[in-house]
Amino acid sequence: MSTKHSKAAEKFLKNKAQAQWHNETLWMVREKRDKISKEVPEWEQLRHKSQDIKRYTNSHLAELLVQFEENATKNGAIVHWAKDDEEYREIVYKILKNHKVERFIKSKSMLSEECGLNPFLIEKGIDVVESDLGERILQFMDLPPSHIVLPAIHIKREQVGEVFEEKLGTEKGNSDPTYLTHAARKSLRDNFLHAQAAMTGCNFAVASTGDVVVCTNEGNADMGTSCPTLNIAALGLEKIVPNLESLGVFTRLLARSATGQPITTYTSHYRNPRQGGEYHIIIVDNGRSELLADADHVDLLNCLRCGACMNTCPVYRRSGGYSYTYFIPGPIGVNLSMAKDPRKYSDNVSACSLCLSCSQVCPSRIDLGEQIYKWRQKLDSVGKASKEKKVISGGLKFVIERPKLFNFALKCAPIVNVTPRFMKYNGLNDWGKGRELPEFAKESFNTMWKKNKIQGEVKR
Amino acid sequence: MKIGLFIPCYVNAIYPNVGVASYKLLTSLGLDVDYPLDQTCCGQPMANAGFEGEALKVAERFDQQFAKYDYVVGPSASCVSFVKENHPHILEKEGHECHSAKKIYDICDFIHDVVKPKSLPAKFPHKVSIHNSCHGVRELGLSTASELNMPYKNKLRDLLELVGDIEIVEPKHIDECCGFGGMFAIEEEAVSTQMGIDKVKDHMSTGATYITGPDSSCLMHMQGVIKRDKFPIQIIHIVEILASGL
Repeated sequence: MSTKHSKAAEKFLKNKAQAQWHNETLWMVREKRDKISKEVPEWEQLRHKSQDIKRYTNSHLAELLVQFEENATKNGAIVHWAKDDEEYREIVYKILKNHKVERFIKSKSMLSEECGLNPFLIEKGIDVVESDLGERILQFMDLPPSHIVLPAIHIKREQVGEVFEEKLGTEKGNSDPTYLTHAARKSLRDNFLHAQAAMTGCNFAVASTGDVVVCTNEGNADMGTSCPTLNIAALGLEKIVPNLESLGVFTRLLARSATGQPITTYTSHYRNPRQGGEYHIIIVDNGRSELLADADHVDLLNCLRCGACMNTCPVYRRSGGYSYTYFIPGPIGVNLSMAKDPRKYSDNVSACSLCLSCSQVCPSRIDLGEQIYKWRQKLDSVGKASKEKKVISGGLKFVIERPKLFNFALKCAPIVNVTPRFMKYNGLNDWGKGRELPEFAKESFNTMWKKNKIQGEVKR
Repeated sequence: MKIGLFIPCYVNAIYPNVGVASYKLLTSLGLDVDYPLDQTCCGQPMANAGFEGEALKVAERFDQQFAKYDYVVGPSASCVSFVKENHPHILEKEGHECHSAKKIYDICDFIHDVVKPKSLPAKFPHKVSIHNSCHGVRELGLSTASELNMPYKNKLRDLLELVGDIEIVEPKHIDECCGFGGMFAIEEEAVSTQMGIDKVKDHMSTGATYITGPDSSCLMHMQGVIKRDKFPIQIIHIVEILASGL
């Protein structure tokens, strides 16, 4: 019994030291989040507020989006609508082509990952440079992010040293973080100065003002947008927030949940085009609006992309981002992948013990774990249920619906206790690979009760 | 007050002594306890694996079996929360109302919140580490989930504090999953086993000689790890401690 996730996870865990490091490092982020969230007395109220605002937004999405468009247009921005990834890529390309852009700098954006922007533009001959340090490292290594906030968390500094040596000409064998960061900064400064256009993602789009709000720590998004007069921002349509008051709720939750900081180092509001320049905002649907009609899963649109559910997830921490078959891993990724295409991404729903920690840690109170339970119920109807699990469930059902058979099975079960090890512990027994099997009792509770053994012991 | 004792399948088959201890403990508190005969399973294993529909008949039978009792009480937080959280919508699909969900309690929850004993005759001269199991914490509220910014309360600790000579500790990752998760334990064998090992080690780092908790399923999983790796710690269901000496 296995899935693509479980097989990849098994491989990930083979490198014990690296796996343990991954687990402990992300747990430290969770602990930082715990500590700082407990310094805010109204934390739980904020989470409720966030959920309320998101639900309001989801149910008033059309009008808020139009309001945003109107205000952004008044501010001088040019607003585009993309129904899917293809339209999004084409819009970006068209803008760049019209301005004959060859050198393009972009900050971190999971939407661009979702829509495959970089490979598309690179194929068209545009030099795309990622300005987020983690993303830049991964771009050099030709790897996707393994975490939505800490994209290169799985890469050790020695690996960074090696790739910088090759790409940036740093000293051989030098993996000192400060040295490497300086080298990256120096090379990026050149990109900042010479880029002809810059692009950012968007954490929040404020309907009442038309602001695009970008939250970062390195400031490289801001550096990237400082020189070029052609700027682009792209957002998934769920990034809309009604007004600046509601934005305050989210900025208080976001960085605390994501990294345990009170707020990101930079919270930049982009409103107007640069003097003599253009500011394009692309609003992308790409399947999001379909969730609005799905009562079980509409709350997925509440997601702030803080990554707290990944840091807390005991499975994510022990299997790494690449063990999932979707570009977003962890509890939110399992859910979003199933919302995207349950047939294609069904291998991710095994990655959950239903501990429900993700649901409690989520700053927008998305019932992530409960939703994974619901996706599992849908697997059979899309032809993706595990055959073995189906057989086991059918067998269990048959036995537990028949108390006599159940009792008979329990009577026979102790035979397993004395069965030779080679018959119990072999390739067919997944439980027994790393654990001993439980031993069946000589007499079940049902039998003891019938023999009056239990009642008899109690003095009334 | 008539109480129907709910004994989940693996307690029935593997840990019947947990059932015996539950019965003894409840009757010692002066309660009228009965065991509806021939119980099997609540249906959680199939439902968590994605086959909730397979649990329909057992959910129906469960509701009938416990119809005449004022309370349903069982020594398993996870099974209890499955009945409470999922039996209603499973039965609703067939147009049945679920009565059990409103009156079912995990035994610790029940003793703590309904019976409220001031003392227990139990003695347990050992250092025990509490296993705050996921569904007990995050569905039944037996303790405050570590993710929440709320004053920490722990009903299991409150009850254990009534036991003589006991030393109570909790692991560093206070309510992290042990990795059982039903069929998750076999489908995601590698991750599940690693979670089990990490959890047992966390309990051991407290210096405890026993891991105790309200769920035999989690304890069973950790016992599998302990036996394989010959870790110097044992498992015991919390009810067995509370009923010690009875």
